[in-house]
Amino acid sequence: MNIENLGFETINLGHGSGGELTRKLLDNIIFKTFSNPFLDQKHDGAIVEIKGEIAISTDSFVITPIFYKGGDIGSLAVHGTVNDVAMCGAIPKYLSLAFIIEEGLKVTDFIKVVTSIKKAADESGVLIITGDTKVVERGKGDKLFINTTGFGEMHSKANISVHNIKDGDKIIVNGFIAQHGMAIMSEREGLQFESSIESDSTNLNFLVKDLLDMFGNKIKMFRDPTRGGLGTVLHEIANDISKGVDLKEVNIPIEKQVAAACEMLGLDPLYVANEGVFIVVVDASIEKEVLQFMKNHEKGINAALIGEFTKEHPNKVVMESLIGGKRIVTPLMGEQLPRIC
Amino acid sequence: MKYLSEYRNLEETKKVLDEIHKITTHQWNIMEICGGQTHGLVKNGILDLLPEKVRMIHGPGCPVCVTPLNLIDKAIELLEQGVIVCSFGDMIRVPGSKKSLLEAKAKGGDLRILYSPIEAVKIAKENPTKEVVFFAVGFETTAPANALSVLHAEKEGINNYSILASHVLVPPAMEAILDDKFCTIDAFLGAGHVCAIMGTEEYVPIVNKYKIPVVVTGFEPLDLVQGIYLAVKQLEENRFELENQYARVVKKEGNIPAKKVIQQVFEIGTREWRGIGEIPNSGYVIKEKYRKYDAEAKFKISHIKVPENANCIAGEILRGIKKPFECEQFGKNCNPSNPLGAPMVSSEGACAAYYHFSDIIKN
Repeated sequence: MNIENLGFETINLGHGSGGELTRKLLDNIIFKTFSNPFLDQKHDGAIVEIKGEIAISTDSFVITPIFYKGGDIGSLAVHGTVNDVAMCGAIPKYLSLAFIIEEGLKVTDFIKVVTSIKKAADESGVLIITGDTKVVERGKGDKLFINTTGFGEMHSKANISVHNIKDGDKIIVNGFIAQHGMAIMSEREGLQFESSIESDSTNLNFLVKDLLDMFGNKIKMFRDPTRGGLGTVLHEIANDISKGVDLKEVNIPIEKQVAAACEMLGLDPLYVANEGVFIVVVDASIEKEVLQFMKNHEKGINAALIGEFTKEHPNKVVMESLIGGKRIVTPLMGEQLPRIC
Repeated sequence: MKYLSEYRNLEETKKVLDEIHKITTHQWNIMEICGGQTHGLVKNGILDLLPEKVRMIHGPGCPVCVTPLNLIDKAIELLEQGVIVCSFGDMIRVPGSKKSLLEAKAKGGDLRILYSPIEAVKIAKENPTKEVVFFAVGFETTAPANALSVLHAEKEGINNYSILASHVLVPPAMEAILDDKFCTIDAFLGAGHVCAIMGTEEYVPIVNKYKIPVVVTGFEPLDLVQGIYLAVKQLEENRFELENQYARVVKKEGNIPAKKVIQQVFEIGTREWRGIGEIPNSGYVIKEKYRKYDAEAKFKISHIKVPENANCIAGEILRGIKKPFECEQFGKNCNPSNPLGAPMVSSEGACAAYYHFSDIIKN
């Protein structure tokens, strides 16, 4: 995209006015990038066809910084919503895309984000079908906020519900935890530390679909532990169904550098955000098969069995520590903060 | 990470735990000084693996917990005066008399969460028209970096930087605890990181005066059980000595360059401890030469004095007289979302450690 032809280098309030500048921004950047039969109708909304039951999920993305190792706010806005739709047991098809841009954002940065959205959407097999662009005054936003809403067709074999979970059901995670949160933390003002930790942000929908194709309703539940991390999500599930969860710390996959960074900042990886991680709860009879299946899949190479549901200690997540002691995993309270020493 | 994985070894830790069980014949109360050690004990479930006769008492070594309420109110006042206040992360949720730093930030205060005070000097340089204050709390461990930030500001000719200092020292706190008539402590696990800076020599007089074992100890599971083992062994053999379990980090003389930096900027003076009160010669105050970097001298905040929350027994918790679950407010009116006092906020606070990690709050 040649920005010299656009005639502007930064986004200003006029780009959100609905007039000529808005048209220029949309035609040259948005419509050009995302062109598809639904979006090209240039209607007030999109008219699409979806068969059977529909899964819908919406999410807003306000991350700082907007570019980080392993991703940016654009790819995150696609992965976050695609994954939430997939976790319902659905096959994501379409996304809406709305920007709230702070006046002064460089057009080159905006194009970088839009290009990243396109790439992530293509990789996830979803189309951007409708959207919105607003510009707010300087100081009223933080460079760029994005909202996406995802629409997906329910998988015909899916029967996903926390209430399907029985005592003895196994909990499998698809890979290393805490990568996304620590990648962001390493680039925050005042906390910068050198590392090559990359965000794990990725689309999980194909692995979810393949699991459902293969194992159908023996899969009880999917959940992606984004904000609040694995600890908070497991605690929520345990509370929803009044069952206990037993975890083994030794089995929780965590990359060495991420563990070291958590150690250094005094953060507990169980509460650090993930964007390419999900847990799947399965019947104990298929635990080994599911684990092997996931390990053979690109998005599940580091999959691991981390725990199980139990009738003991209802509503509580109990983790056996590396040395065999036990601790309760409570939900995250407020934000995790780096500690003094 | 090598030193971490080795000290999280299950087999080695179990062996030492077995030894502790073998040699324990009497009831012993051992205080771990440092909040990081409390965290390690509870997080790893070590308390449940010790013999019933070995009771761990959690000490005052949580920098956030012992920072007086006054000082939090002073930092909030600075924020409200338009000063950029920089702080370590876990200080910001601690309740002041009316609100926390986090709440003051939500109301428009410019609060920055940093990992190093040197970053605050950088912020001062980048914002020459604003005053920048670093909330310099902590034990001997954080003092060198905070002193260095003052020297750094002086060298760079930065005049809009100062520190709101509340540095406290471990040995006077140990003496205050031992002098308390309710004290039941038989041995101490010394705070490994503090000793990494200060060395071990300053504990010799305490060992001799009070005839009490002090074992300088690290933070990993194996460190902690080894420290406890050495303390129990001394007690069972009726010895009282200074021992160093954490020799891979702690040298007898400490970190000499770090000590020099401290001595350049700070001198020993009276400090107020939250829940304990004023202890003479128990902390660092900024030397006259560097007074212009002292936020208390620079801004009109010294009049701020507030009483502690009457429902919070932080003082008794910090002196090891009561355990968190012996507090009527614990887990009810006081929890990490709505803390009455600092020990429920900091990740090193005894109350938060119990709340998060141990099965105390049964249904």
